[in-house]
Amino acid sequence: MNPSSWIKANLFNSPVNSLLTVLALALLGQVVPPLVDWAVVRASWGPGDPETCRRAGGACWTLLTEKHRLMLFGVYPYDQHWRPLLAMALFVALLAVSANRRFWRPWLGGAWLLTVVVIGILMWGGVLGLVPVETSQWGGLPLTLVIAVLAIAMAFPFSILLALGRRSELPAIKALSVGYIELVRGVPLVSVLFMASVMFPLFLPEGITIDKVLRALVGMTLFTAAYLAEAVRGGLQAIPKGQFEAADALGLSYWQGMRLIVLPQALRLVIPPIVNQFITCFKDTSLVTIVGLYDLLAATKAALNDPGWRPFFVEGYLAAAAVYFCFCFFMSRYSQWLERELAKGTR
Amino acid sequence: MRIARTLATAIVGSVLALPALAGATLDAVKARGFVQCGVNLGLYGFSAPDDKGNWAGLDVDVCRAVAAALFGDANKVKYTPLSAQQRLPALQAGEVDLLARNTTWTLTRDTANGLDFTTPNYFDGQGFMVSRKLGVKSGKDLDGATICVLPGTTTEQNLADYFRANKMSFKPVVIEKNEELNSAFFSGRCDALSSDASQLAGIRAGQAANPDEWVILPDLISKEPLTPAVRQGDPQWTDVVRWSQYAMIYAEEKGVTSRTVSSSLKSPDPDLQRLLGVTAGNGKALGLDERWAFNIIMQVGNYGESFERNVGKESRLKLDRGLNALYTNGGLMYAMPPR
Repeated sequence: MNPSSWIKANLFNSPVNSLLTVLALALLGQVVPPLVDWAVVRASWGPGDPETCRRAGGACWTLLTEKHRLMLFGVYPYDQHWRPLLAMALFVALLAVSANRRFWRPWLGGAWLLTVVVIGILMWGGVLGLVPVETSQWGGLPLTLVIAVLAIAMAFPFSILLALGRRSELPAIKALSVGYIELVRGVPLVSVLFMASVMFPLFLPEGITIDKVLRALVGMTLFTAAYLAEAVRGGLQAIPKGQFEAADALGLSYWQGMRLIVLPQALRLVIPPIVNQFITCFKDTSLVTIVGLYDLLAATKAALNDPGWRPFFVEGYLAAAAVYFCFCFFMSRYSQWLERELAKGTR
Repeated sequence: MRIARTLATAIVGSVLALPALAGATLDAVKARGFVQCGVNLGLYGFSAPDDKGNWAGLDVDVCRAVAAALFGDANKVKYTPLSAQQRLPALQAGEVDLLARNTTWTLTRDTANGLDFTTPNYFDGQGFMVSRKLGVKSGKDLDGATICVLPGTTTEQNLADYFRANKMSFKPVVIEKNEELNSAFFSGRCDALSSDASQLAGIRAGQAANPDEWVILPDLISKEPLTPAVRQGDPQWTDVVRWSQYAMIYAEEKGVTSRTVSSSLKSPDPDLQRLLGVTAGNGKALGLDERWAFNIIMQVGNYGESFERNVGKESRLKLDRGLNALYTNGGLMYAMPPR
């Protein structure tokens, strides 16, 4: 099909569609040229100061040249920035490897553990001649990643236990699980973090403080687990009773049956809501600024706090949004691929 | 019900009844090797990370001064950024030793909240910014004006009080986010913008296309003496922080700067000899090294240097000294004599 007949068949195949096409083109014509003019033509690139941007009159990408290190790494000591950078690189490499089904072998678990330890050493320091850096100085994208990934990694197994607990026939376990899920789901994350950061220290003996990052991490984990548990429970309910009975008939124990028969099917069914929750968790990390931590968004705000650069907050927030988008888009595309990959057996 | 209430009272009571034993804070800080300082998450000129992620500002300099007095090294500080709601509990719970976070000294905070204030390091007040074209000379001319203001802060309350007291009316335009509020003002949605005077200067310097087109009215409608605070019940620690601040003001009164302090050691002035520890006694009285004030001035500078560097002429805020000038120049900065 040549282009002109494709256009005729798809864009101008009825009077209504023709009208809509013309309107859409008119709208694009209104929006795109000024946007390109602002973002590219009149934009200011490379190093400079706020005056450079004001003279250029367009988008101020100079802001990113001047402030990207504060935005990316927060208050982490400046001359040590290579450490969080290396940690992030390791982390992204690990994700890339884990995403590939060929590498789903038992050693991958070991690789995760090892990488987490290496990242911990890089970030904390204090050994191998690295200057110690306290968690209160962690910030920016590495902090966002550490909190999001650890919260997700810990919440996921916990949520499976909660979902199984909620369907359990043992009354105490069931009551505990239901109580936990309903209680946590009944309060907003902001208030959980707020309790952890403001109320909790008041009940500790004076002088004893619990690491802020840990507090935020525990809060995020407990919160995400409650929501994930309900998604997992949805999957469990979709498994026909026959599957459970088959597991029993084979003489498998409860845990064997769950591990080998029920959970693999149930989890595959609920990949979309689970990934949904992962993405929410990743974006919710921006709330840790309440606890006084500089995640990516808070570090961006700190960079924009400099009076000279304040007028260019749009550019700063756009950059932060682009970073969030990259990670969330990757998660969502990967989950689609994973669904297709795991559905091969049922095709 | 009654049991629950008793229990709650007991818990809250025991939490509030935690003030450390006299002298405990100084010893604890010395043993720890660094000062834990509660600061703002980011308020340019007062406490904010700079491009390299190092803390800088007028409030940060108080933390640095205390560290210099204690350890002879102004960098021995651990900064804990705190939100407005977090700051008081963090101090009460012992998470920080010192709160230097643009906190207004009020009666309630001094009494019910269990804080002790040292001495103001910045006298602020709420004011108005208007367009020069408007020709407004005083806050009293603003009857019926549309005023841009942040919601939920004392700023909004002060504004309402001021207009009621002067039997005037105003239309508030309340916008949650700072940047949006400021662009709304500069694009002409309001006649005036109301905030703390130090904030207004920063907004004008940073966000106005042409700063000369905007004026900050001379009248201040509220008192905001920004003052570092410590936990109640440890007078020795309060003294250390307060005299660290006085040392900076006194140095300015005497014309001693970070550059000249070394040569001032040879000064014949007995007041300076006592301040700089040439004549011993002050350090011992405070529980510090005799060179405490010398170290502060050497590493942090006198109050005037700190002011100009962070919020004054050398900074982007370009604030005038105003109320924060020395008393000899018509301001309120006055150090008690260190003898």
